[in-house]
Amino acid sequence: MSSSDSPFPIPHSRLKTRVVGRPLPKVDAHAKVTGQTRFADDLFLPRMLHCKLLRSTIAHARIVSIDVSKALAMPGVVTVATGAELPIPFGILPVSQDEHALCTDRVRFVGDPVAAVAAIDEDAAFDALDAIDVVYEPLTPIASIEEAARTPEPRIHDYGDEGNFHKLVSMEFGDVAEGFDAADKVYEDLFFYEGNNHLALEQHAAVADWGPDGKLTLYSSTQTPHYVHRALAKVLSLPAARIRVIATPNGGGFGGKSDPFQHEIVVAHLSRVTGRPVKICLTREEVFYCHRGRHPTLMRVKTGVKNDGAITAMHFETALDGGGYGSYGVASTYYTGALQTVTYKVPAYRFDGARVFTNKPPCGPKRGHGTPQPRFALEVQLDKIACDLGLDPAEMRRRHLAPRDSLTANFLRIGSMGLGACIDKVVLASGWRDRRGRLRQGRGLGLACSSYLTGAGLPIYWNAMPQSGVQLKLDRSGGVTVFCGSTEIGQGSDSVLAYLVAEVLGVLVSDIRIVTGDTDLTPVDLGSYSSRVTLMTGNAAIQAAERARELLREPVAKNLGLPRDRLVFAEGRVFDAEDPQKGMSFGEAVILGESAHGTLGTVGSYSPPPSAGRYRGAGVGPSPAYSYSAAVVEVEVDPDTGITRVVKIWIAHDVGKCINPLLVIGQVEGSVYMGLGEAMMEEMAYRSGVNGNVVHKFPSMLEYKSPTTKEMCDVETFLIEDPDPNGPFGAKEAGQGPLLPIPPAFCNAIYDAVGVRIDEIPATPEKVRKALREKSRGRAGRVGPTSFPAIPYPPPIHVPTPEQGGDGRAVDAAVTGAGGVRGAIPGGAARP
Amino acid sequence: GEPLLAAFAPHKTLLEVLREDLSLPGTKHGCELGECGTCAVLIDGEPVLSCLVLGLECEGRHVETVEGMAGKDGLHPLQKAFVDLGAAQCGYCTPGFLLTARALLEENPRPTRAQIQEALAGNLCRCTGYLKIYEAVELAAAWMRGEQAEPSKQTLYGFDFDESGLLPVHRS
Repeated sequence: MSSSDSPFPIPHSRLKTRVVGRPLPKVDAHAKVTGQTRFADDLFLPRMLHCKLLRSTIAHARIVSIDVSKALAMPGVVTVATGAELPIPFGILPVSQDEHALCTDRVRFVGDPVAAVAAIDEDAAFDALDAIDVVYEPLTPIASIEEAARTPEPRIHDYGDEGNFHKLVSMEFGDVAEGFDAADKVYEDLFFYEGNNHLALEQHAAVADWGPDGKLTLYSSTQTPHYVHRALAKVLSLPAARIRVIATPNGGGFGGKSDPFQHEIVVAHLSRVTGRPVKICLTREEVFYCHRGRHPTLMRVKTGVKNDGAITAMHFETALDGGGYGSYGVASTYYTGALQTVTYKVPAYRFDGARVFTNKPPCGPKRGHGTPQPRFALEVQLDKIACDLGLDPAEMRRRHLAPRDSLTANFLRIGSMGLGACIDKVVLASGWRDRRGRLRQGRGLGLACSSYLTGAGLPIYWNAMPQSGVQLKLDRSGGVTVFCGSTEIGQGSDSVLAYLVAEVLGVLVSDIRIVTGDTDLTPVDLGSYSSRVTLMTGNAAIQAAERARELLREPVAKNLGLPRDRLVFAEGRVFDAEDPQKGMSFGEAVILGESAHGTLGTVGSYSPPPSAGRYRGAGVGPSPAYSYSAAVVEVEVDPDTGITRVVKIWIAHDVGKCINPLLVIGQVEGSVYMGLGEAMMEEMAYRSGVNGNVVHKFPSMLEYKSPTTKEMCDVETFLIEDPDPNGPFGAKEAGQGPLLPIPPAFCNAIYDAVGVRIDEIPATPEKVRKALREKSRGRAGRVGPTSFPAIPYPPPIHVPTPEQGGDGRAVDAAVTGAGGVRGAIPGGAARP
Repeated sequence: GEPLLAAFAPHKTLLEVLREDLSLPGTKHGCELGECGTCAVLIDGEPVLSCLVLGLECEGRHVETVEGMAGKDGLHPLQKAFVDLGAAQCGYCTPGFLLTARALLEENPRPTRAQIQEALAGNLCRCTGYLKIYEAVELAAAWMRGEQAEPSKQTLYGFDFDESGLLPVHRS
């Protein structure tokens, strides 16, 4: 790869690779800085209509009647649709297909869509909404986990484990009681993590075009075109082969665009009805009603430790406020109990998880998907334990890391594990040893660690096909086109495909064309979620490129009269390793290849290794590799106002191998920023009891606070490379993991600064001030939950741990049956 | 710039006129209420939220959008620096940041980090955490002052690298 592709002279380096490991520009950067990138709302098709949704103003009600006649008669209105026209339900998980494109009989939160207008322009569509008369019969709304727990009737949904509990799970690995007995001390703490929104700056938008040939094309800002494709085929009863979903570049996703959405199905239906293209773009307020953000999560954590901080047993209970629909909720519930075992050794572990329905916008996956909440609880509790035992919090963690290449108690396979190096790096860089606990009053340092999966090991709907596929087209022009179903949401997935193909085939990055996220043109990839894209599409791309290289090796070697293995593919040429001048351009090599084999094209695919766990719920947590992060946060707390200013953050991230260090740093800094926003200020808050309703407190970007340049702090990022054999060139994830340690490290820093514990997120100034006041009155300086509701967790399934000789199966699942049939396979992911 | 003629309903905002009547969709919207900075454009050199300005108010005035930043001989230095440092991840907020930063540099060719933060405080970004954006503005400012400037090694490789730019491999 000639330096012409890189803007900076590359120092002579011991790097064995020419493209991988370089701080190259993104392949889509030029379009993004010149305004050329076509986002969904930038698409304007001839005779295009505009759609607006009428949304419920009542949190929980039966729909008695909908009268659209006046709206239909309004100028510019072409048609109005209601739920009756789209009766087939859908949902991202096979086990919770509980959504309708438009509500059919009931509304379950303020914002639930009940009717859709298609008009010649947005204004006409907006005006028509007011002319639609809906008669509601209000039902008692449910606004919190506690309320849902004690209100089995009326049920928000007619499915789910019992009452308004959507999901109830309980599993035990090894003997937790024995573990607690063996402990020198047992600690029990309560934590709460409030929900928050992705707040991607691009509002959801979609354009549907139902052609006269009976085929549908949907352009949509989605992270998962493959799943939208399946949902459209189901709800519209149209063969999937006649539906084309094109994922337009996402103006930010963060998990908020990874469900199939009502508005996508509605515009497809309206386009069929009107025979004209139909566009919808949600307002910011509507994005808050779409939500699918972080689940508010209440947690009770009981941990037994030896005096040196070694964990002997852990019992982790979670209760998630799921909102009005299932979304990814079953998977989110399992995730709140999955990754506690991959950072520190936990020999005996029990997890009880519950998700309730409430009359609020549905929660789903947001960056970290169900793991930032438990990680916050675990890392704050470990800080409390270290302080109580008189141990240094960093040293205590460092001594009891989960070993690399090992199987955890809940049968997650750890490969490379660079957490030790990460801790050492941030401890050194922050001056932790001689500054923590020794800074002046009001100034403090907090540390936390975390891990995240590099892609969910199992697909959302169980199947034996690869999770990712790549096709390559080689051309006599010397150019290569890479086709893959992945979606570029700003994380750089298009660029990673280009770098890896350029590395293997020796083609210049600028001679590669990337075509992604188009269900007609590209092989299936499941989508941009769970940090799976670099690893899974990367491995598929490498396989396709290696196959292409082998097709060229024979004819070129023959032409040059050289042994096959002396050929080097690099710098846009194919040449003799011992005499670089002797060679040809890549285009010439393709001509020889095409002459010998005919038209050239190769495919590559990737399926993660099988997971070790075979108990109910084992499908959530396995991954080909786990990334690790350690962060130190330094804060300055103003005791009068409780305002906490972040002075600096040091973060080390074990990324396995940087495909492009510059882009990895971008993901780390973006994750730190989002973690900071959640720790300091972001919250999806609601007012209940407003004349019997539950309304969103801040459905706008003014009230919903997020960090600006004034709140974001300086960050020193350390990239630790401990290559994992399952990753492309050893690469692991970077897009979500670095968010996880920030909220706990922030709260641990507040404790070091002013000696109060904020055991809930966000740790707002009001809470800090309240805790300081409590402390000044001699009471415990703590703000956080003080009770955990009674939850009918089922009797746990018992899974012997690897150390006990377990084979990954539960021993008594068949016997106790966990209290009767426990619904379908959770998350649709675990193997039957 | 080029003089443009457009006929539109009087209540339309400049944002809507640019995107719907002048085929300039480079200017983006994020909140409809003048809160996110994504729709920032320059009117007579000043950064303005185009969602809060009526199209009618711009008659006879110089409106600059992201489509007008690159010149005949290529990208504006700010655009080049954003490309080189990955300061545009999803790119949705990028037009607003580029134009606001351009106004800053025209007024202050050597801004401090605090001055850059102050100038860009009205532009929200959810992908980058703002740091690469600061470094890109600083790099472009240096280029615009005629200096030979390159990003620091920390910007490209993080804070942990050996002299060859290779990151150390840690065996824990």
